[in-house]
Amino acid sequence: MPFISNTTEQQKEMLAEIGLGMDDLFSDIPSEFLDKPMNLPDGINEQNVRNKLAELADKNSINLTCFLGGGFYDHFIPAAVYSVVSRSEFYTAYTPYQPELSQGTLQAIYEYQSAICRLTGMEVANASLYDGGTAMYEAMMMALRITGRNKVIIDDSVNPINRVMIDSYTQNLQIDLEETHCADGLANRKRIFRKIDDKTAAVILQNPNFFGCIDDFSDIAEAAHKKGALLIVSCYPISMGILKTPGEMGADIVTGEGQSLGMPMSFGGPYLGFMASRMKYVRKMPGRIVGQTTDRMDRQSYVLTLQAREQHIRRDKATSNICSNEALCALTALVYLSLLGKQGLRETAQICADKASYAYKRLTAIPGVEPHFKARWFFNEFVLDLPCEAADVIAKLIEKGFAAGFPLSRYYEKMENSILICVTEKRTKQQIGMLAEALESVL
Amino acid sequence: MKLIFEKSAPDRRAVQPGPSDVPASINIKKALLREKPAELPELSELDVIRHFTELSRRNFGVDTNFYPLGSCTMKYNPKVTERIAAYPGFAHLHPLLPQLRMGGMLTQGALRVLYETDLFLREIMGMAGFTMQPLAGAHGELTGMMIMAAYHRDKGNKKTTVLIPDSAHGTNPASAAIAGYKVRTIGTTENGFMELKDVEKALDDDVAGVMLTCPNTLGLFNPHIRDICDLIHSVDGLAYYDGANLNAIVGKARPGDFGFDIVHINLHKTFATPHGGGGPGAGPVGVIEKLLDFLPVSIVVKRDDGTYALEYDRPKSIGYVAPFYGNFGIILRAYVYMLMLGKNGLKRVAENAVLNANYVKEKLKKHYKLAFDRTCKHECVFSVPESMLGKSVHAIDIAKALIDRGFHPPTVYFPTNVKEAMMIEPTETESKETLDAFVEAMIEIAEQAKAEPDMLKNAPVTTPVSRPNETAAAKHPNIASL
Repeated sequence: MPFISNTTEQQKEMLAEIGLGMDDLFSDIPSEFLDKPMNLPDGINEQNVRNKLAELADKNSINLTCFLGGGFYDHFIPAAVYSVVSRSEFYTAYTPYQPELSQGTLQAIYEYQSAICRLTGMEVANASLYDGGTAMYEAMMMALRITGRNKVIIDDSVNPINRVMIDSYTQNLQIDLEETHCADGLANRKRIFRKIDDKTAAVILQNPNFFGCIDDFSDIAEAAHKKGALLIVSCYPISMGILKTPGEMGADIVTGEGQSLGMPMSFGGPYLGFMASRMKYVRKMPGRIVGQTTDRMDRQSYVLTLQAREQHIRRDKATSNICSNEALCALTALVYLSLLGKQGLRETAQICADKASYAYKRLTAIPGVEPHFKARWFFNEFVLDLPCEAADVIAKLIEKGFAAGFPLSRYYEKMENSILICVTEKRTKQQIGMLAEALESVL
Repeated sequence: MKLIFEKSAPDRRAVQPGPSDVPASINIKKALLREKPAELPELSELDVIRHFTELSRRNFGVDTNFYPLGSCTMKYNPKVTERIAAYPGFAHLHPLLPQLRMGGMLTQGALRVLYETDLFLREIMGMAGFTMQPLAGAHGELTGMMIMAAYHRDKGNKKTTVLIPDSAHGTNPASAAIAGYKVRTIGTTENGFMELKDVEKALDDDVAGVMLTCPNTLGLFNPHIRDICDLIHSVDGLAYYDGANLNAIVGKARPGDFGFDIVHINLHKTFATPHGGGGPGAGPVGVIEKLLDFLPVSIVVKRDDGTYALEYDRPKSIGYVAPFYGNFGIILRAYVYMLMLGKNGLKRVAENAVLNANYVKEKLKKHYKLAFDRTCKHECVFSVPESMLGKSVHAIDIAKALIDRGFHPPTVYFPTNVKEAMMIEPTETESKETLDAFVEAMIEIAEQAKAEPDMLKNAPVTTPVSRPNETAAAKHPNIASL
């Protein structure tokens, strides 16, 4: 049998030693439940399974030139990232409950937490959460715990994929979730300022937002803090190479989707939710946290810390139910950030912005194609209005070999003709030119 | 060992992103830019590789050491699954592609993986349908509780409380609480079970359901499981199966037949996907027929023409618990594992997991205090004998002494209803030779506890660090180098 080490002979020996037959080992299960026929195929060997899966992989079209983003990005991944995370000392370990034999994982997570703080301009970070949407929900719950309030304001320029998750998670909870409609591509100050009151726990915003527009939330942070509310900002980690950090804006909790930090898109996961905050809130933070300490011989060492917050100690009073999270993805992000380094991340972000800007110029030069927002600054995504329904145009461009963008009518009213286009450092000038030609030809 | 930041040297580079082939055309307003670049380390590729290789050598994994960590099912992770997950056709697939018109046809291979995994899991669990969205076991629990709440809301039931045994994982009460429920704890009797009469006593119209692992965290199968489920159903409650211990019965018996209504599976336990040092995992949730409408959006369906599609029109659904279709890369690995084992292989998994656990139990029961002396399932629970406690030797000391002998320790101090607990789960992938060596080490430690207990208090001595000061870590948290 595959992956079972004991030979039939050894199994017999072991049964003899414990004085039982195999059936006896299952005699505590009522016989009516045992060994009922299951409609499953017979097993196949490695060679056959690889052939079968190679065939299935071929049925997925990965040869479209990708201008699709929406919070999940086709960035370049250096080979050394795979090299490190394929080390089975990392990937076949479990949560580092025994620190002496897990210093590798523990130090790496401590370094990851440090890197996330440096990236976002914050003071503390946790060891990861499932994905950006869950991280945003957990940040919201954290704000409710800190303030003891239950009203939350969220702008609709926050990724709708995250917002629908928050809606789902809070169905059974008494939370007053109020949405504001963005103003010309930026967080709607007028409405947000009017809504912030002494019942407000948090304002949730995103930068760059779902439309790619760049904002500065310093004024909203100030308004929130005046009323004792917190500011939660979701950010795109690659953009932190150049953009003002949520920390610099005065955010209290920062979250985001970390997929762009070296993880392949892999049809939706595994990804990485990151979370950072201020030292004063560390004991209210969800998830695992690694801390630095010393051992008996005063050597620097690392442990899971502040565990009194967690489910295995506090059970139904825990800050979160989270247990396993995305440790290997956190390691991936750390290795990616270490390879790019201080200059490399800045350059990558700048190249993304430059290429997006170039694509914007090329595409808006096409007759009938107009920018949707007046907002001037965008990072590597932007919204264009087409003279006809965007979903139709995108379908036509698929036939020409492009995943040209995302039709915003999927989530927004009155945006039938709007398309969200993303450009990463992987797209070439030539590909951008070909997209412009293809788009012009189908309009 | 130095931090990676301490190895940085100005202007040293690994990856060079440029030069760009477009003009540097954008000058974003200065007020929108960060003042200084993020202080990431500046290193060569060799620096990075050396650093992480050195870190990796400071870890135990299943590939380096026997890892009998109870309740975590640390079985061998087949390498072929890693290879397949890296196929470009899977790894480079954008998750939004099927949401574009015509896009579903571009992801038929991936949709088929999701669809067939669902079919296999239905058969294995005796359920009517699954969602692949939950991203970990605890996330599956939360999803299950949300489905429970949606069912009661839909029926107009006013339910407030979930019953959970005291032997449950901490995630169970935490998940129930986060879904908005109160938790009523039920004790474990000297039989090692939650008894029928105690469930009866705790039952009233407020009860939304029960959360159970089966076998439970003591490694014992409750023979009255069907009666407990029936009892819960008598107040229109739902029975939730926590799949953490599925390895004991996979391919042999199905939770759906026991009377469970909602189940989650830890693919990273029973279905051999790697634990990753604490994730990523995957926790698909299955339900019986009457709960299908409440499963998250979207669901993969097979059309009459044999193609696969995503169904979004699900008005009673609880919505979204993940951005897309779950941790696809993990689901893919589990799918490959199921294909390779087939129905007979899966059955052998449970049989050998149970055989290995009982073998270790029998070999050790003269030396340690067995919490419950009877046939166990995939794991057995011991506690530290009085004679050792008398010499101030505790479960933690035995755990640390095992490290010096080259073994990952069992889970200690859990389940919490056994004092000084040591929970051993060998899994089916380990050989008799490995189990014998482990047993020998445990016996040696028991002898050392009598002869020289102080030696145990100092363990481990073979690791890069000895026992870290956890109290100091929590008192003055240093959780980032800024």
